[in-house]
Amino acid sequence: MTETLQLHTRVLSRRSFLITVGATSIAVAFGGLLQDASGASVAPAIEDSYRPNAWLSLVADGTVTIMSPASEMGQGIMTTLPLLIAEDMDADWDKVRVVQAPSDAEKYGNPGFYGVQLTGGSESTRGYYKMLRLVGAQTRKVILASAAAILNVPVSELTTEPSRVVHAPSGRSLDYGEVAAAAVLPEPLPQATDADLKPSDRWRYIGNLTVPRVDVPSKVDGTAIFGIDVQLPDMLYGAVLRAPVQGEQPQTIDDGEARAVPGITHIVPLPYGVGIIGETVEATKRAKDLLKIVWTKSSRIRSYTSDRLLEEYRSIGRDLSRTGVSAPMQGDAQAAISKAATVIEVDYMSDHVHHATMEPMNATALVTEDTVEIWAPTQGPTGTQGFAAEVAGTTPDKVKVNTTLLGGGFGRKAEADFIIDAVSLAKAVQGRPVKVIWSREDDVQHGKYRPLEAQHVQVGLDADGNIVGWRHRIVADSIFARTMPQLFESEGGHDSVVTEGAHFNYAVPAHQIEYIRRDNGLDIGFWFGVGVGYTRFGIECVIDEIATAKSVDSVAFRLELLKDQPRARKVIETVAEMAEWDRQRDGRALGVAYSDAFGSHCAEIAEVSLDRETGEIRVHTVWCAVDPGIAVQPRNIEALMITGITNGASHALFEQINIINGEVQESNFDTYRVIRMSEAPDIKVAVIPTPETAIGGIGQVGLPPIGPAIANAVARLTGGVRLRHYPFLPERVLAALNA
Amino acid sequence: MTAFTINGRAVDLAAEPDTPLLWAIREHLKLTGTKFGCGIAQCGACTVHVDGEPTRSCITLLQEVAGMEVTTIEGLSPDGSHPLQQAWIAEQVPQCGYCQSGQIMQAAALLRSNPNPTRDQIVEHMDGNICRCGTYVRIISAIQRAAREA
Repeated sequence: MTETLQLHTRVLSRRSFLITVGATSIAVAFGGLLQDASGASVAPAIEDSYRPNAWLSLVADGTVTIMSPASEMGQGIMTTLPLLIAEDMDADWDKVRVVQAPSDAEKYGNPGFYGVQLTGGSESTRGYYKMLRLVGAQTRKVILASAAAILNVPVSELTTEPSRVVHAPSGRSLDYGEVAAAAVLPEPLPQATDADLKPSDRWRYIGNLTVPRVDVPSKVDGTAIFGIDVQLPDMLYGAVLRAPVQGEQPQTIDDGEARAVPGITHIVPLPYGVGIIGETVEATKRAKDLLKIVWTKSSRIRSYTSDRLLEEYRSIGRDLSRTGVSAPMQGDAQAAISKAATVIEVDYMSDHVHHATMEPMNATALVTEDTVEIWAPTQGPTGTQGFAAEVAGTTPDKVKVNTTLLGGGFGRKAEADFIIDAVSLAKAVQGRPVKVIWSREDDVQHGKYRPLEAQHVQVGLDADGNIVGWRHRIVADSIFARTMPQLFESEGGHDSVVTEGAHFNYAVPAHQIEYIRRDNGLDIGFWFGVGVGYTRFGIECVIDEIATAKSVDSVAFRLELLKDQPRARKVIETVAEMAEWDRQRDGRALGVAYSDAFGSHCAEIAEVSLDRETGEIRVHTVWCAVDPGIAVQPRNIEALMITGITNGASHALFEQINIINGEVQESNFDTYRVIRMSEAPDIKVAVIPTPETAIGGIGQVGLPPIGPAIANAVARLTGGVRLRHYPFLPERVLAALNA
Repeated sequence: MTAFTINGRAVDLAAEPDTPLLWAIREHLKLTGTKFGCGIAQCGACTVHVDGEPTRSCITLLQEVAGMEVTTIEGLSPDGSHPLQQAWIAEQVPQCGYCQSGQIMQAAALLRSNPNPTRDQIVEHMDGNICRCGTYVRIISAIQRAAREA
């Protein structure tokens, strides 16, 4: 058994879209508007429905049921993706119902993200955008062909209004439901090409400020079903006591007292801990506390102490004789820096951070002789099929995954450990479903933290202060070596997610990015923004350090470095205007940062104050301007920027996982501090689309600039005191002030 | 057996009396709108009303509510039409939505005792409820809207 996250990297053979068959399989709904409050699957009544393709069905009353292929973890994707189909199909959005697609990569995989169902990387809208619009356009053509047959008129004389086919010459029209009730699908099905897509000036839903999210009503009355809410007949509960140090196993298990707890049915030794199965949650929790385990104490992680390692990483970053694996280089940065008039050379660092999704890890599984069914808040249904099959001793096609709503994901729920728990325990009680729920302590202490990392940035300036070379060295362990080993190898050992965001669009003549891996064995993972969250911290603070050295304004300096990038300039100019950049504030200062990561442009300005006695930073207001190219749901984009900024401020100011001799010191929200309402900034967002460009990602875009904006504001407030280590704990701020 | 009232319905529960109220509500009574977040009253996701008082059900034992009246998100209004629920939709507050039952129950207690809270009063009252999606600014707007429109 392995806890690695291996993605099925099969890429769909037909990336360019072509629907050739009317789907015949019955899609099962779970989640969104068709969730059953009991948590059981609800099949929409589609047996007799009109199904132009695998993505939707139409019934006589006009209801359009659309599949949402990605995991809804708060980002609104369950509205965004179906909306794209509705747009080009010309459906009436009020008649659309959304259901969660089943695990079926062949039909529902993301064509822009390895062809699998894996929600992450801010890749969902970008990856599905073109295909789903074509699905909509194709559906419309199918409906038109059917309507032409019913009305006995040429297709060319038909047009559509929302959910209605209109024949202007005769004044007749048909509701889409009437077409569905009367028609059979045309043979062969019409195909759609780019020429069939609606031009942007005729969009009804893309860019519409008033379309609400479909999942919101169920999230205010308690009816939304998250993974932890699943209820199945005859269901048992499971808990797992995990080894306190990663990689260790139970050596001896004294489960006498645990077994004696009323309601406990099974104790199941696992390779990484001990599972408990019982009739109630409270029984499993009680029994878990009564287990007496001697652990192997043999793991190499016993030597993992994060503070000490970070110092080591920092030294390695500064020691230029230690070479790493370079990303493809632009120019010769080292040569340029060696000839530079001035060299700016600084270190930036960040501690491990944890996801702390509000919904702790959980999953429910039902194992029979040769099938597995899973209900889980997973970001990766395709990968889940593989892991579950491995544990249950079957094949992935025998595993059905019902993706529930996710109470937060942030990358953590792309992992399989909680799925493996549920399948392992369900295997022990074949025929009865088991719901495994992690405690918050399990969740915090057995995370897949963002890498501990140190960056060494060297920038060479010529005599006029122009940047001649930029060298960025990143020292950290690898995420891809564990999760996507083939990709890691194919990139020659350069972990492109750990160094993500080190590439930038500032005009520099020579740029080198080096990755120096330190394999210390701890499982590290994908966090909100992954590498961009810290690489842009280094980059955006160094940009300000250079501006200071040159005595030029931070906003003006960025605009100069982006003079050929109108979209980048526009978000920076806009945010500067919004924040009144040039206005002095009493006791407060502004800091700016910008990011072009994930294919979108985002600039943020933070207004901060500082208590010089305690070292506490207060972020009062944050302004944000974002250009995602096409803004499918502008109001939701605003919400996602609010999420990125608030969460980003949280991690920049407070969040920290400390590991001493392999044991995680934090355990719950009393020790793992996250931002609260009283600490959260007020936030103003401007969404500035550029519709004639490629669509950018959006989920993680708001996070990277906020940390450097805060640090840059503190520097401006204090006459140049630099914070170079996430999080900006009061003691670190005081140390910087007194340095 | 522990007898109490939940959302206006009398129940008599056979669960162990020291079962946390949270699990009694969620897994015995299958009212899953109330969420487990931390188990130690640090996050507020499990907030319900006990005799009208906002209460962290994760650290409240079943036996402590004997004879009392418990209200969960499912019982806040008969049809999801409480002014806060409407305001939450109008402001499009939820992202992942997991904490929002607790947020709404906490906010409902505030508006009952203080129908027109100031921003500072809202923040003070809501500070024990964590939202990991950082929807705080929209929560504040929604509470202000509910106060205005109620």
